[in-house]
Amino acid sequence: MEKRVVFKSAWLPYVLLLPQITITVLFFFWPAAQAVYFSFQLQDAFGMTSQFVWFDNYTYLFRDSHYLSSFKVTAFFSVMVAACGILISLLLATMADSVVRGALGYKTFLIWPYAVAPAIAGVLWAFIFAPSIGIVTYFLKKFGIDWNWIINSEQAMLLVVIASVWKQISYNFLFFLAGLQSIPKSLIEAAAIDGAGPFRRFWTIVFPLLSPTTFFLLVMNIIYSFFDTFGVIDATTQGGPGDATKILVYKVYYDGVKAADLGGSSAQSVILMAIVISLTVIQFRYIERRVQY
Amino acid sequence: MVENRPYRDFFAHAVLVTGVLLVAFPLWVTFVASTLTFEQIVNVPMPLWPGDQFLHNYTQVLTSGSEKGSSAPVSTMLFNSLVMALSIAIGKIVISILSAFAIVYFRFPGRQFFFWSVFVTLMLPVEVRIIPTFKVAADLGILDSHVGLALPLIASATATFLFRQFFMTIPDELAEAARIDGAGPIRFFIDVVLPLSKTHMAALFVILFIYGWNQYLWPLLITASESMYTVVIGIKRMIAGGDASNEWHLIMATAMLALMPPALVVVLMQKWFVKGLVETEK
Repeated sequence: MEKRVVFKSAWLPYVLLLPQITITVLFFFWPAAQAVYFSFQLQDAFGMTSQFVWFDNYTYLFRDSHYLSSFKVTAFFSVMVAACGILISLLLATMADSVVRGALGYKTFLIWPYAVAPAIAGVLWAFIFAPSIGIVTYFLKKFGIDWNWIINSEQAMLLVVIASVWKQISYNFLFFLAGLQSIPKSLIEAAAIDGAGPFRRFWTIVFPLLSPTTFFLLVMNIIYSFFDTFGVIDATTQGGPGDATKILVYKVYYDGVKAADLGGSSAQSVILMAIVISLTVIQFRYIERRVQY
Repeated sequence: MVENRPYRDFFAHAVLVTGVLLVAFPLWVTFVASTLTFEQIVNVPMPLWPGDQFLHNYTQVLTSGSEKGSSAPVSTMLFNSLVMALSIAIGKIVISILSAFAIVYFRFPGRQFFFWSVFVTLMLPVEVRIIPTFKVAADLGILDSHVGLALPLIASATATFLFRQFFMTIPDELAEAARIDGAGPIRFFIDVVLPLSKTHMAALFVILFIYGWNQYLWPLLITASESMYTVVIGIKRMIAGGDASNEWHLIMATAMLALMPPALVVVLMQKWFVKGLVETEK
């Protein structure tokens, strides 16, 4: 796409681009390049000297059981967040699309968690599930469940999944609702006339037509659980107990800021960058294909 | 819809009401806790109906912060959050609309290069380059300041894209007419492009305001003094230790204050919010 009518000026476009490019170079390219550079270096404990060590930081990482377990934790966490978030939102959106009255009201009451910061979502849920004073903990105890996410790794994982899904439901819900509303009603009516019940209609018509939305949301939810959930984790479990909820991005932060391991943390940053880039590429290729479809 | 089956309608409403209640439950508990005394909360189970400490707790946090954790008043933190959210939202809109205008309405050497260099920033979230970015901020001397809070987060590929897509749909006749009437690019930008972009700016503003308000990792790294904390960081600092020793009544009052402004923006500007969300992501 190109404009036919353009203006001519030798300097104006550069002036207009200057603020954007300056900030991009200063805070995006330079730091990203630095991360790559640091990832090939080994620093001493005081940061006084450093030596070039090629891929040592990387090979060390892939032999480090903590790092590999962080990969597993991240994979489990993001699959859980994406799957639960998408299923719940799809159910709610299908229902909201089917009711004649009150759809707008439900929408208003379902979208506000989008505005809650991940860290605050974490604090809210940590309070409800607090081991000694939490209100839900109290009821769980009545059912004989001993709830303590501070020492139990499965429960800690469950807590961060719940908090992360809760915050993301509104986002998924809005996209599903928009997707559902764009499906022509005539298709569904035709199927109903042919005798297809509501479940059959959903699986054979609605769900396939929603698949672009579902795929888009899948990618967005994975990106969300990789990065944005940092706040949830830091405000609740801080990666613990042990390494049970230490997702990759939290480990980058922990190793770089708390443990001051510049080389290792940078190598992890570079790996994360590679993951984001591949996710973005997958998404864009998919969108291109969808245009033809 | 297709058939009239009352029980199915009832089922749908039941599912939705359950969903709404489950989603609202944490908010309700937070609100109730923010109106109780510390003793009432620690005395398990805490009541699920608001108490009478509303004014006391909120005045306490707004004027003098919490007693044990961070002692900065929450009003200062709210102000910092507001400055950060507004500068990020306005800053992003301004630099993106300018660069999109340059890319769409001019032909100049390096145009594609600049376009792609903005594009790839999509792939570099703050989280993957925290330490080097921190170093840049330190070298520039903007740590622990409002500039440092906002400036590194201002570059935005998504906003640039949105404006670029939109500018492509502005009819060429408008630019032609402007040129015939003797208007230069700056005149055209101010009198034609800006007024046409108003709805897009409003939609972007809502999304970016929430984005800025909710930032966590970056402010956590670069704020050192309590007077620079944003409210999201402030809450984190109030959580000191074991869960019975935290001043939950004050933490919950702060949490309410932290989540209300962006939640109100979403609910009151719902139309712009939905538009902004759907358009920036697709």
